Amino acid sequence: MDLSTINPVLLIASLMVAATPIMLAAIGELVVEKAGVLNLGVEGMMIIGAICGFAIAVETGSPLLGFIAAAAAGAVLSLLFAFLTQILLANQVASGLALTLFGLGLSALIGQSYAGIKPPPTPKIDIPLLSDIPVLGPILFGHDLMVYFAIFLIAAVWAVLKYTRLGLILRAVGENHDAAHALGYKVVRIRILAIMFGGACAGLGGAYLSLIRVPQWTEGMTAGAGWIALAIVVFASWKPWRVMLGAYLFGGVTVLQFNLQAAGVNIPVQYLSMSPYLITILVLVIMSSSKARSAMNAPAALGRIFHATH
Amino acid sequence: MVSFKSILTGAVLALGLSTAAYAEEKLKVGFIYVGPTGDFGWTYQHDQGRQAIEKELGDAVETSYVESVPEGSDAERVLTQMALSGTKLIYATSFGYMDAVQNVAAKFPDVRFEHATGYKQADNVATYSARFYEGRAVIGTIAGRMTKTNKIGYIASFPIPEVIRGINSAYIHAKRVNPDVEFKVVWVYTWFDPAKEADAATAMIEQGVDVIMQHTDSPAAMTIAEEKGIYAFGQASDMSKFGPTAQLTAIIDNWDPYYVARTKAVIDGTWTSGNTWDGMKDGMVVLAPFSDALPDDVKAEAQALADSIAAGTYHPFTGPLNKQDGSAWLADGEVADDGTLAGMGFYVEGIEGEIPN
Repeated sequence: MDLSTINPVLLIASLMVAATPIMLAAIGELVVEKAGVLNLGVEGMMIIGAICGFAIAVETGSPLLGFIAAAAAGAVLSLLFAFLTQILLANQVASGLALTLFGLGLSALIGQSYAGIKPPPTPKIDIPLLSDIPVLGPILFGHDLMVYFAIFLIAAVWAVLKYTRLGLILRAVGENHDAAHALGYKVVRIRILAIMFGGACAGLGGAYLSLIRVPQWTEGMTAGAGWIALAIVVFASWKPWRVMLGAYLFGGVTVLQFNLQAAGVNIPVQYLSMSPYLITILVLVIMSSSKARSAMNAPAALGRIFHATH
Repeated sequence: MVSFKSILTGAVLALGLSTAAYAEEKLKVGFIYVGPTGDFGWTYQHDQGRQAIEKELGDAVETSYVESVPEGSDAERVLTQMALSGTKLIYATSFGYMDAVQNVAAKFPDVRFEHATGYKQADNVATYSARFYEGRAVIGTIAGRMTKTNKIGYIASFPIPEVIRGINSAYIHAKRVNPDVEFKVVWVYTWFDPAKEADAATAMIEQGVDVIMQHTDSPAAMTIAEEKGIYAFGQASDMSKFGPTAQLTAIIDNWDPYYVARTKAVIDGTWTSGNTWDGMKDGMVVLAPFSDALPDDVKAEAQALADSIAAGTYHPFTGPLNKQDGSAWLADGEVADDGTLAGMGFYVEGIEGEIPN
């Protein structure tokens, strides 16, 4: 065992990178769920974002255009879910699962000619003075733009939900769609927009995987990241900053255990790997222990179908 | 009335015969894969084997596959479905399908099963694997010669004999050419998860590893190695397009000849159960061309080792070798028997760390 081989600065920096895809997807899903819609298709939207972002980045040579395309692709795919659940009033759980399966299949089809290609590198911002600061430099200032964008998005969602009229309307729709409807808000339209936002975020998260974290295209490369994002939203009890905490925890555990293993520490890997899920279950148990608590956290209309004539 | 009945019976009989004749004409061959066919590693290589069957046997066969089937109860469902739909020969290409194959094979005695890397046989279940450890011996030698930090990273999937054997073989041969070498083994508990594999590679590199080997299925680690400017070895398939400068060589699994021969045996009616364990001699384990980054003497050394293994004059597990705890395993000149190798559950002396349970 030689813990000195672990460089805590590099460890935290890697942790931030590992957490970014799930953080992006989770914050998007949080907005969707705050609007009262449960979209289990995060995995499908992520992988569509991964391949579309990858393909466009490779074709144009610009990672930025790749990310924009990924967000667009995720949003377009989520429209399918929106159409099924908001217009046709289909079951949200089933539609979400179908979206995941559809996304996985479609991405494999699109991606056939993109395996084994190298994407254009995404530049890391390198602020001359700041990134040279010992310890804090590499952690805070040595990343690519998407890492900062993800954190910015968390802050933005938090501020919008808490302080703006838009946030209030979104929450109203998610808490009681009948009341929101009675007040004259377009419940379906607001929900569709929220779903598209969630799709765009998931797409960005997927593209982060294929363009920066791995960087390559492989079929099925999200390998369950979308489901982790869904777990994070519950873990965070629908609070934006806790999503960030959850993403660092979920992403961090993996990176940490690999580092411990490489350093020769004899750790029970399985326990570490399952710990985020155990915590999620624990949070669920605590939340459901009292009616008041769960009412405070989960949007009351989550997963319920809205029809104006009801 | 009687005549009508006999006509009907005759028609039914003819129909039955014609389908039987049709079935005999075309052998339905099924494959179940643990990852996607586009993983460019393990599953990709098995699918190449499937395509080889189609190419070689043409109209005599009809192949199908189901990809990304998790090990466990899902596998049993997929296998049953395949057997019910008239598939007469099924290749199950992951270790974890073992019990599912046994269960389904017991229910369908007329369906032949081929299970990769397993050890449970039955009258209608044969097992097959490749002696990957022979390739590991060669890449271990190369890694020992090429590392500057003397730290070699090994991304391991699950603690099963197959994987442990590979680690041991690579370590023994790296150590032989470079006594200072140290192995950092990271268990990722998955066969296929590019993000995890990439994270494991990054973690190792941050701790000073400059040559990476892997026993997982995707080329993610190769991509990271290329990006960080270190060396790596392709796994299961030639991964040079993911790491044109990083890949030193690759251990390629060549299932084509075996798949074609076994499928042909079913058609000819000569198929019998058994256990096949072929290596470099038989062409089941093949090395990708050596990279130009290798100095000529290392190339020659690696080639000589590969040749001696293929010729059968050298066995990668030749004594004297001790187990990790220092107890004697093989005496000087003694060669490990296949039984011990197949069930290998221990590290050889010198490897640090414990094998997780």
